[in-house]
Amino acid sequence: MEGTLNMIGLGLAAIGPGIGIGLIFAAFVSGVARQPEAENKLRSIAILGFVLAEQLFIIGVALAFVL
Amino acid sequence: MIGIPQAISTSEGFTPPGPGDFNLPPVFGSEETFGFLGQSFSTGATKPMFLVVLSAVLVVGLLWASSRHAALVPGRMQFAGEAVYGFVRNGIARDFINEQDRMRFVPFLFTIFTFVLVNNYYGIFPVLQFPSMSRIGYVVALALLSWIVYNAVGIARHGFVGYLKHQTMPGGITGPILLMLVPLEFFSNIIVRPITLTLRLFATMFAGHLLLLVFALGGEYLVFEYSGFIGVIGGIFSWVMAIAISFLEMLIMFLQAYVFTLLTAMYIGLALAEEH
Repeated sequence: MEGTLNMIGLGLAAIGPGIGIGLIFAAFVSGVARQPEAENKLRSIAILGFVLAEQLFIIGVALAFVL
Repeated sequence: MIGIPQAISTSEGFTPPGPGDFNLPPVFGSEETFGFLGQSFSTGATKPMFLVVLSAVLVVGLLWASSRHAALVPGRMQFAGEAVYGFVRNGIARDFINEQDRMRFVPFLFTIFTFVLVNNYYGIFPVLQFPSMSRIGYVVALALLSWIVYNAVGIARHGFVGYLKHQTMPGGITGPILLMLVPLEFFSNIIVRPITLTLRLFATMFAGHLLLLVFALGGEYLVFEYSGFIGVIGGIFSWVMAIAISFLEMLIMFLQAYVFTLLTAMYIGLALAEEH
């Protein structure tokens, strides 16, 4: 079997943002459950956090193909 | 359509699709290729170029058709156009840009949103099926545009030195810690922002299209090349997965257009803000 170690590294790199994104949306869900009328305000904040956490993995994807 | 990838079967078995599958052959123009960063690129006009032009035509045409017979009681088309516009203005711009500056930037944000959205949705649109944002050149241009805009409005508001101070020195911090903080803030606010903006949109479109290719071509290989009952079952399962992933992609494509616009709005809003 052939392949590059980059891809294993990429898989490992997905763990951190995965946990982070899970925590962000868990907080979003419980926030909405406590205060349903704040959903719209919370959503853009949650998406922003999701984007920033996802960023680490995106950089990983780019480097996995480049290096 | 030109440039439909096919499963390659060699004596060694299945060859998975890779970044090379994104270098489509030219539709017309010269067949010459040149090497750059270890890949070969053609000098002729390729499919994504036509798709980008088509996207501009589509967006302008649809929005023009939706606003042509604008009336107080909106028709179906007008309602659809206004819903998209309202989403950008109320859902994105209102959260990040302050009241008196907001309306100046809504047209820019709206343009970016619709352009990116249409170009992303090419990825699952039947027949076309190639997200033009999976070629990094287009995304670089968009990110540079947004970088120029937020820096320009910031400089126009605060002056050049004032803007640099605004972006690199968080309020209320004094003393030697600034020696460390200023380069860090400059790096993150001026240099890294356009890069991450580019990579996020590019990499998600690229990875999503590659994932679709893997499942579709893998299914093709299993059904037609791999002998036996197991191959057929596995291949059909792989195609079902490809359809499921298409639905996931629909969500992601919208989300990426939303996020790109949201971040642009946020950068503009931060550049214009009076104090952190």
